[in-house]
Amino acid sequence: MKERLVLVGNGMAGVRTLEELLKYDPEHYDITVFGAEPHPNYNRIMLSPVLAGEKTIDDIILNSRDWYAENGITLHTGDAVVAIDRAARKVKTESGMEVGYDRLLLATGSNPFIIPVPGADKDGVLGFRDIADVDKMLEAAKQYKKAVVIGGGLLGLEAANGLMKNGMDVTIVHLMDILMERQLDHPAAEMLKASLETRGMKFLMQASTAEIVGGDRVSGVKFADGSEVEADLVVMAVGIKPNIELARQAGIHCERGIVVSDTMQTFDPRVYAVGECVQHRGICYGLVAPLFEQGKVAANHLAQIGIARYEGSVTSTKLKVTGIDLFSAGEFNEQEDDETLVLQDPAQGVYKKLVIRDNRIKGAVMYGDTMDGTWYFQLLREGTDISDFRSTILFGQHDVGDAGHGDTARVLSLSDDAEICGCNGVCKGEIVNAIQTKGLFTLDDVKAHTKAASSCGSCAGLVEALLANTVGEGYDAAPSKKAICACTEHSHDDIIKAIKDHELKDMRTVFDFLAWKTPDGCATCRPALNYYLLANWPADYQDDMQSRFINERAHGNIQKDGTYSVVPRMFGGLCTPSDLRAIADVVEKYDVPEMKVTGGQRIDLFGIKKNDLPAVWKDLSDAGFVSGHAYGKAMRTVKTCAGKTWCRFGTQNSTALGVKLEELTWGSWMPHKFKLAVSGCPRNCAEATIKDFGVVCVDSGYELHVGGNGGIKVRVTDLLCKVDSEEEVLEYCGAFTQMYREEAHYLERTAPWVERVSLSYIKSRILDDEAERKALYERFKFGQKFSQIDPWKQRAEGAEAHEFMPLEVVSQ
Amino acid sequence: MNNWTEITPLDEIPQLGSRVIKTDTMEIAVFRTAADEVFAVKNACPHKAGPLSEGIVHGNSVTCPLHNWNIDLASGEALGPDEGCTNTFPAKVDGGIVYIDLKNSSRAC
Repeated sequence: MKERLVLVGNGMAGVRTLEELLKYDPEHYDITVFGAEPHPNYNRIMLSPVLAGEKTIDDIILNSRDWYAENGITLHTGDAVVAIDRAARKVKTESGMEVGYDRLLLATGSNPFIIPVPGADKDGVLGFRDIADVDKMLEAAKQYKKAVVIGGGLLGLEAANGLMKNGMDVTIVHLMDILMERQLDHPAAEMLKASLETRGMKFLMQASTAEIVGGDRVSGVKFADGSEVEADLVVMAVGIKPNIELARQAGIHCERGIVVSDTMQTFDPRVYAVGECVQHRGICYGLVAPLFEQGKVAANHLAQIGIARYEGSVTSTKLKVTGIDLFSAGEFNEQEDDETLVLQDPAQGVYKKLVIRDNRIKGAVMYGDTMDGTWYFQLLREGTDISDFRSTILFGQHDVGDAGHGDTARVLSLSDDAEICGCNGVCKGEIVNAIQTKGLFTLDDVKAHTKAASSCGSCAGLVEALLANTVGEGYDAAPSKKAICACTEHSHDDIIKAIKDHELKDMRTVFDFLAWKTPDGCATCRPALNYYLLANWPADYQDDMQSRFINERAHGNIQKDGTYSVVPRMFGGLCTPSDLRAIADVVEKYDVPEMKVTGGQRIDLFGIKKNDLPAVWKDLSDAGFVSGHAYGKAMRTVKTCAGKTWCRFGTQNSTALGVKLEELTWGSWMPHKFKLAVSGCPRNCAEATIKDFGVVCVDSGYELHVGGNGGIKVRVTDLLCKVDSEEEVLEYCGAFTQMYREEAHYLERTAPWVERVSLSYIKSRILDDEAERKALYERFKFGQKFSQIDPWKQRAEGAEAHEFMPLEVVSQ
Repeated sequence: MNNWTEITPLDEIPQLGSRVIKTDTMEIAVFRTAADEVFAVKNACPHKAGPLSEGIVHGNSVTCPLHNWNIDLASGEALGPDEGCTNTFPAKVDGGIVYIDLKNSSRAC
């Protein structure tokens, strides 16, 4: 018999937890949901746009009644749970229904805080919390004229904006001297106030409400200083308080909220709680992103996987008032000894402030131009050292090597039929529609449902901007610790560390040690694990062909018609007449339909049938060629210029150095593709400054450049250092390569890796620590002993034959 | 009534891998899972006809190498949120030999 799970509270946090639970284990529980409101789960943070007339109730329903039915969930709406009997393990509702549980999930949310002043119970005094409140406000707007909103925070301003849109004359009453004091500093708040005033909103600042006056219905608000303002409608938006009444009555330990542990359990281990009703490590959250993180953890434990922990959230805020761009995150008011970076352009209405401690962002406030808010937030959450780009950080990511990338602010002004994802042909309208109708909150959700940003990923920034704009604060920006795929809770860094520290040397051991949720992983995690094992244990780990993407399994690039392309390696781009003759012979012998000179200075043969590959490789191998690894997450090519042997400007022998580098590095598996180049002088004909590792020869030695990329996002390299000899070039190259191999995430190019870990960190390991550099270089050379075995020759001699030959069918 | 055709010894197919057989009209991919179950699926992804035989096999599904659609090997259906399906054929292992019923495509997609 299935266990019984009862959810009290049919809101975003509770239902999100159920969705996560169904992903883990759809069969574990018989689920019953109770909601006090008469609606299925809707997107509460979108109530402001509903009030403003920009959306309808139907637009913001997240889970239709069909969803509950399809998942076998019993839903009771409009029937609040009024008591929990923990001894008998059952809940009782207003209508008298009793339902038993084995596990109970409390997601009772919060109530608006109503200031306890005389008259607060009069008609026309509302909170701003649910659909019923919105209906009452819309009703009032039809009959009455004057509205007072008490509370100049996020919710109050959104309510005021909505009432104004409905034709009411709105005054905001705020106790403090600045608006949104929990999100904004003084200058940003002043800019916001000025902007709202030009729209016709009125403000009474530092005003303490003393009494609501009137007969049955409100007619005005009286303040502590004796002054009074007329009002036909009063909306109290001074805050929320966790709704803990039910839990408290049941004897569950509560303080401000229902106290939960890192596993989202209350003091009664059968009772879990998530959302605005909980208090975790002393904090009650009122924004939606933390609730989702809590939901994930609770679901993990309800499904009896039992490994997730909730460790608190850093939150960011956006105001959902059309035409006002405002962003705030973290500790935005500096403390003593903090540094601040400020950009102020009053004429353009732009203000940005970053609070910096130990070269890391601790908080951000932005007004007018919030395009880089998600970027700053990511730097904040990941604790990135910003010293390398501190001087330009206020100008945005665009100035830190992000040319080639779309302008995220621009995306909001595009029409619905504008193409966002050029790979999969997905338009802005489709993405926005999917976000709204399917209730998507993360980049991964959007990828799965629309395919946008799921191929090359270059439009991910644009999609994130659409997400942030469409769902407002509900947008769940890349979490600080992101699981590698749905098979596990662990991040890339967790996995790399476990493989290293616990000497995990085969995939089954990794699955067991890290409690994988699937029997044999998926197409995302298996190739990553295979790489990490190979990079860490070159001598011990047996490369698993079935965990490699087809290109690496077949040692050729699969083309859209199922044929393959073959690129023999030409060290440093050099070749001889007999090399070219051998390639020409292969092309004729196997009817290769097309050949092309590549950007990496070698020759690509297209359209080779899979079962011809071993024979093609045999001919190439006999002529002295090895695989060019043009298909792999591996070292690709070393591009070179003519160098001083021929070129009148050449300062060093760049071609010979290129050959030496390629001989050192060929065959090496990498987190992603890896390209090198050597230019013989600063004219840089080999384009070394957009390569993963580039050498620019100068008269006095060799400049070493790292982290360049000529692909999706063009990024110019950072100068690592200058060295004097070719031997040093090889040593620094090997050390840098090995550091990248050991520490980068699978499928992370050097460019984003360098930006993530910072150039200073790389310099500290490779330049400042000679012993470390030499050790890295030695580890690289050790690994190469196992990887410089030509895969083509092995297969030409019969290895993995099953990969290339179709089965013969005896009879049919 | 099944019409079993002998295909190959099971050992000829790698675990979590596949082999391809060619009939007069189509290619069929024969998959072997980690639990040594076998499945026969038309070797064309419902999305853009990518060769499923070249995909990564996990659990009872395969990920198409061209655009990462996940296909359930037993039903031939794309797994959510993608939609579409490809033909499957009854397959079994008997005495270490793989048999497929090439006449009874389990559904016409």
